Amino acid sequence: MSFVSRGFKGRSRDKPRDARVPPGQYVVHDFPVLSAGPTPQPSLDTWTFSIEGEVDETKRWTWAEMRALPSETVTRDIHCVTKWSKLDTTWEGVSVDTLLAGVETAADYVMAFCDGGYTTNLPLEDLTGGKAWIAFAFDGEPLESQHGGPARLLVPHLYFWKSAKWVRGLRLMNEDSPGFWETYGYHMYGDPWLEQRYSGD
Amino acid sequence: MTMSEQELRLDGNAAAGLLQEVFVHEVTSVRGACARCGAVGEMGAQHLYMTPLSPGAVLRCTSCDSLLIVAVRTGGRLRVGLQGLVWIELPDEGAAS
Amino acid sequence: MVGTALQRRLIWRTAEVVDLVDETPRVRSLVLAVPGWPGHQAGQHVDVRLTADDGYQTQRSYSIASPQSTDERLTLTIERLDDGEVSPYLARELHAGDQLELRGPIGGYFVWAPALGGPLLLIAGGSGSCPLMAMLRLRQAAGSTVPARLLYSSRSLDEVIYRSELARLVAAGSGLEVMLTLTRAQPPGWTGLHRRIDTEMLQSVAWSPAERPWIFICGPTPLVETAASALVDLGHEPARIKTERFGPTGG
Ligand SMILES: Cc1cc2nc3c(=O)[nH]c(=O)nc-3n(C[C@H](O)[C@H](O)[C@H](O)COP(=O)(O)OP(=O)(O)OC[C@H]3O[C@@H](n4cnc5c(N)ncnc54)[C@H](O)[C@@H]3O)c2cc1C
Ligand SMILES: [Zn+2]
Repeated sequence: MSFVSRGFKGRSRDKPRDARVPPGQYVVHDFPVLSAGPTPQPSLDTWTFSIEGEVDETKRWTWAEMRALPSETVTRDIHCVTKWSKLDTTWEGVSVDTLLAGVETAADYVMAFCDGGYTTNLPLEDLTGGKAWIAFAFDGEPLESQHGGPARLLVPHLYFWKSAKWVRGLRLMNEDSPGFWETYGYHMYGDPWLEQRYSGD
Repeated sequence: MTMSEQELRLDGNAAAGLLQEVFVHEVTSVRGACARCGAVGEMGAQHLYMTPLSPGAVLRCTSCDSLLIVAVRTGGRLRVGLQGLVWIELPDEGAAS
Repeated sequence: MVGTALQRRLIWRTAEVVDLVDETPRVRSLVLAVPGWPGHQAGQHVDVRLTADDGYQTQRSYSIASPQSTDERLTLTIERLDDGEVSPYLARELHAGDQLELRGPIGGYFVWAPALGGPLLLIAGGSGSCPLMAMLRLRQAAGSTVPARLLYSSRSLDEVIYRSELARLVAAGSGLEVMLTLTRAQPPGWTGLHRRIDTEMLQSVAWSPAERPWIFICGPTPLVETAASALVDLGHEPARIKTERFGPTGG
């Protein structure tokens, strides 16, 4: 690219000083909103969370039941495929391990599904072992709807599009199958440390 | 203004530049039909979800919010999904005049 | 029909800033010379692309405020958002002689030409007046007497873009009326409108649906959505209401 706009620097992009920042990422201090559709405003009275698909029996929680489960507060770095990373974000949520306890399945993959129709696919093992949460609070406050509230999936070790906003459940699958952005060319797995942004990376 | 009370929503017209990378024609002024609800309208009048940071453009039907066109930049390629349109109608350059 | 003209493939062009005009304390117009510019219609926009010296790029859309002309020039009018990435650069950093990459003209939906007729109802919030100004300038230049009304929401009188030019266009007596609503501060003795655009205001300003005005609404997304849905509620045909949301700007 030969053209340079004289004097243009762009939004402050901190050069990663830190071994915590994956390649190609810069650190932001605000929390950008990315959306592919209208922001859903589900009623908590009818909200449910389900684990379904390749399971012996579908499991379902109401909002009150979900909030009655033991929750954890975790501080993690998050990495968006659009190249921003945000360090030390604090979330509160229910570990996916808690939800999967007692679920009998032979499935290896999961499709997270959401209000508004968004989906994203992940290997089941990336959701277990203390690596993923159904998060309902950010920075000590209820999660705002533009950031995925009332509840979003939080899988901080993968690019942030895998942390589905407005999540309503997990569909267990025997075969991997692409979710929304994956269908349009995003990586099936999305490891920020390997810069797995697009299919083929 | 807080971002919480509003959508990052634009009109399809704002994607005209991107769509002109795909189609030879200017397509925001042409009509198309939604595959889900059948509504017919100009592409420029549909709802567009696209911010400077987003991976691409998502054009949704104003009547039913269903996807019409998705165009995503994936590192040197532009993948375009048109599954949400039954048809679009372009000026016929081949027609006898 | 307006807007269906075939267009050549879009290319990035290098424009040169030839003049800068301070319109209000936060708004500056850039007059650009664009070699090979094919001309444009009133209401179209350009995509502007900025490149930092480390290769970082970002892109924004800006409406063309000048009417169609053959001199390979166009005017953009930029409102500076202090926390924005691009608008402070365009409205403060650029000076005459600088170069700017852009592509266009873009869009065929949000356009008006005298042949489309009227009445013409224009509704603007803040910098949303830019593409509407191109329509009013074209209407004047073409000698059109299509009845036209502009309802323009601005925070204060000082922030009204193109204020003196609008006064001149009204005084020219070609059937243009301009109604300002000042939402935050009004000068002493102000007897005009002084609240956000609402249904009652639109009912008093708009022609009746039976007169089938063409309606163009432009500005920050919340203002555009409020005005468009109020006009539909008042009975205007959705197909005659054209909107251009600028996103989360201003307000
Ligand atoms: C078709 C079209 C025509 C336009 N014409 C004009 C025109 O003629 N004149 C004009 O002045 N403007 C126009 N705009 C708006 C213009 O394109 C820019 O949006 C505007 O100048 C702001 O850009 P910026 O880089 O300064 O601000 P940005 O850095 O883009 O930020 C804008 C504001 O939104 C917030 N924001 C942005 N993105 C996010 C996000 N992802 N998450 C959270 N907050 C966010 C920022 O904090 C800031 O307050 C037009 C827009 C469109 C779509
Ligand atoms: Zn539809």
